[in-house]
Amino acid sequence: MFNQEVLNELIKALGKENVISEKEDLLTYSFDATAAMPRQMPNVVVTPNNTEQVVAVVKIANRYKVPIYPRGSGTNLSGGTIPLEQGIVLSLLNMNKILEIDDENLTAWVEPGVIIQDLNDAVAKYGLIYPPDPGTVTTATMGGSVSECSGGLRGLKYGVTKHYVMGMELVLTNGDVIKWGGKTVKNVTGYDLTALYTGAEGTLGIITKILVKLIPAPEARKSFLAVFDDLNKAGTCISSIIKNKVIPATLEIMDNVTIRTVENFTKAGLPVDAEAVVLIEVDGYKEGVMREAEIVERICRECGAVEVKAAESDEERDNIWFARRNALPALAQLKPTTVLEDATVPRSKIPEMLRAIRQIAEKYNLTIGTFGHAGDGNLHPTIVTDYRDKEEMERVEKAVDEIFEAAISLGGTLSGEHGVGMAKAKYLPLEFGEAGVRVLRRIKEALDPDYLLNPGKIVLRGE
Amino acid sequence: MSIYSSLASIQEEVHKCMKCGNCQAVCPIYKETRKEIGVARGKISLIEMVLNGELDVTERYADRMSLCTTCMACNEICPCGVRFDKIILAARADAVRKKGLHPIKKVIFRTLKRQRLFDFGLKVGSKFQGVAFKRIEGKHYGARLRFNLGLSKDKVFPKLAAKPFRSQYPSVIKVDNPKMRVAFFTGCMINYFYPDIGKAVVDVLTENGVEIVVPADQGCCGIPASVNGDVESAKSLAVRNLKAFEEAGVDAIVVACSSCGGAWKHSYGQLLADDPQYKELAEKWEKKTYDINEFLIHVVPFKKEGLGRIERKVTYHDTCHLNRGQGIKKEPREILKSIPGVELIEMKQPDRCCGMAGSFSIVHPDLSDKISDRKIADVASTSTQTVVTACPACRLQLQSGVINAGLDHNVVHVVQLLADSYAAGKQAKKEAAK
Repeated sequence: MFNQEVLNELIKALGKENVISEKEDLLTYSFDATAAMPRQMPNVVVTPNNTEQVVAVVKIANRYKVPIYPRGSGTNLSGGTIPLEQGIVLSLLNMNKILEIDDENLTAWVEPGVIIQDLNDAVAKYGLIYPPDPGTVTTATMGGSVSECSGGLRGLKYGVTKHYVMGMELVLTNGDVIKWGGKTVKNVTGYDLTALYTGAEGTLGIITKILVKLIPAPEARKSFLAVFDDLNKAGTCISSIIKNKVIPATLEIMDNVTIRTVENFTKAGLPVDAEAVVLIEVDGYKEGVMREAEIVERICRECGAVEVKAAESDEERDNIWFARRNALPALAQLKPTTVLEDATVPRSKIPEMLRAIRQIAEKYNLTIGTFGHAGDGNLHPTIVTDYRDKEEMERVEKAVDEIFEAAISLGGTLSGEHGVGMAKAKYLPLEFGEAGVRVLRRIKEALDPDYLLNPGKIVLRGE
Repeated sequence: MSIYSSLASIQEEVHKCMKCGNCQAVCPIYKETRKEIGVARGKISLIEMVLNGELDVTERYADRMSLCTTCMACNEICPCGVRFDKIILAARADAVRKKGLHPIKKVIFRTLKRQRLFDFGLKVGSKFQGVAFKRIEGKHYGARLRFNLGLSKDKVFPKLAAKPFRSQYPSVIKVDNPKMRVAFFTGCMINYFYPDIGKAVVDVLTENGVEIVVPADQGCCGIPASVNGDVESAKSLAVRNLKAFEEAGVDAIVVACSSCGGAWKHSYGQLLADDPQYKELAEKWEKKTYDINEFLIHVVPFKKEGLGRIERKVTYHDTCHLNRGQGIKKEPREILKSIPGVELIEMKQPDRCCGMAGSFSIVHPDLSDKISDRKIADVASTSTQTVVTACPACRLQLQSGVINAGLDHNVVHVVQLLADSYAAGKQAKKEAAK
């Protein structure tokens, strides 16, 4: 239970400057970037500067049985950082140092508060990149994106966050600090804690250091935009490119609702009658890019694209991606509330999923624009609504339920990259079954028996 | 219903925010504090709660609302198109209506309203500034405070001009066959601290055949009052200025301070939206007010002949209220690039706030200094000798920053370099004639 003593102990351990306890400030930690979530004000926010201070907070919390909610930039879309049961929000933003860049082993040690883009800027000097690039790359932290296992636009070719984590330092719920992993490519010693903790959403421990893998920056790239008057043709195009052994760095799709909204917003000259546009970028060595570009262009035409635009300059490339970058802003400006989902299906099922979403939109009389990472099957059905409209919000909830059901029935998943948090916790049995959920719960209880770490997220307490 | 008269006026603006947090990427305050209250979405959430009746307006709430430099970087990056500048001004005005104005600010803004008293005070001040300020050894420029008054002790303030700009010039500065007749709104910073900018404006305009009226009755633009929520003081200053300039009988108003420009172009109309008498006048002059950079490119294109060589590497700092506030970004660069010998080397993030933000730097001196340090580090990495900007307030902050960082840069307004170039042209011509 939180009380004045807890507050005093936190101030003693961290100093007054690292403890936030005034209502006006606490209220700003009652939410994150997730739409239509309940808000809850924490009792206190702490901003530790190092692992020792994190340990101190955990020990105090453990003694008084006060829940802790680790938080980075609070840009997640799963309600993952909302302090649902009150208690301590533990902001890791002050732990924001890049500790080491090793250009021989192509690794970097970072603290959890480092912003993803800042790491990329720092390694660019070595001709390297850290590939995971969620839409929030300029705001999200490394700790947050490892905890959510963020994806991004380059997932198809480069994979997602879990493919780049090689080790961690972590504070357990009892205050013990553990460290594992290393710079070796191969490591099969013990259980794979990296796999467990990447995407654990702060429910099993608090990450205080991360070792990540870096890769050489691609030398060249080439972008295309293909317009389709038929969803099936677009779908065939997406699978054919990959069947022909070309793995684009980025392979994106926007549906008709999105195209019309973006065009209305940007006047970029998009084909408003098109059923879908597919955006493709190949990258790598110059020679490889040239060869892959030829194949991509040929396949787009063979699959019946009514128009194929190839970017011949950086400016033309920017123009192509301008439309995609504006997909979310354009949809978001239609109405005040934007419910952004990330149901994901095998890429061969993209046309079916898009059709299912359209039917759901018609059934519930909602505006749903869908865009997303077609290459890896990760779609973003985006419902625009107004949270003040109670009746419509009920329809939104039903539509979300059906979108998840559709994704699962097509062999897909509830969440490709946003995580479960509190937003999708109730849907977990849909994908895991009751027995599967019980396994998750046993893992949770083995590592956090008192549900002190980010309670109410992913696995809920058993009946 | 204007943003200055009711919090409800920004209700829809507030609801547009989807709390994505993109504002974190660009907010200069958040970069330093890394606390949600520092960034737009944090403050918007509080304002939302006030609008919904879930939160009372408290002293502390009012204090948190001061955490914004009004740099408008969040406006630009916001995917939902939220105009946070409107929201924060409305919230501050609302807080002042409910909780009153901070006593020190009350005294300052009341004085601003009483132009003659203000003018007298600053003239006397110029004689006695040595009492409170200590000159910096080896520098002609400015001085630091001798005692800690709660202001930054490191901040280097320019000396108050021995004779304010408006006392140096007649109320009409004539030229032969004028192309146009404009009124020069000097603003306080140019009048009392930087008459050299004012002189450059006069030199450049007369060189280009523009006749200048300097209405004697002009006062403070009112921005310090309106951004702090003191709507009544801001209104009375707006009315005072509108009257003075309406009487001047000119085609246009020229300003060389981006805050003053914003006042004429945006604030007066909103402040006087409910005023039957002055609303129309405000709307008339908002369309006829030009920043000097804008004026010299679009209204009376400045002549390129007669520009003399100035061998100098310069970097340009975009003032927030000119760039994002008025959309003037290319014009000052175009002027700089047309000066023979001047090489413009862009710094990293030239459009990042310098941290001055008027009274923000007084209320939050430490934050203001930290924001400035980043800007000065970017300046230092450019291998230039001069920082050019287009606002006297930014000039003050940048000058203080470079002195404290031990850099040798001089900091000038665009129009000063242009005036220097015309002067160099004349000098060269004279020498050639010899």
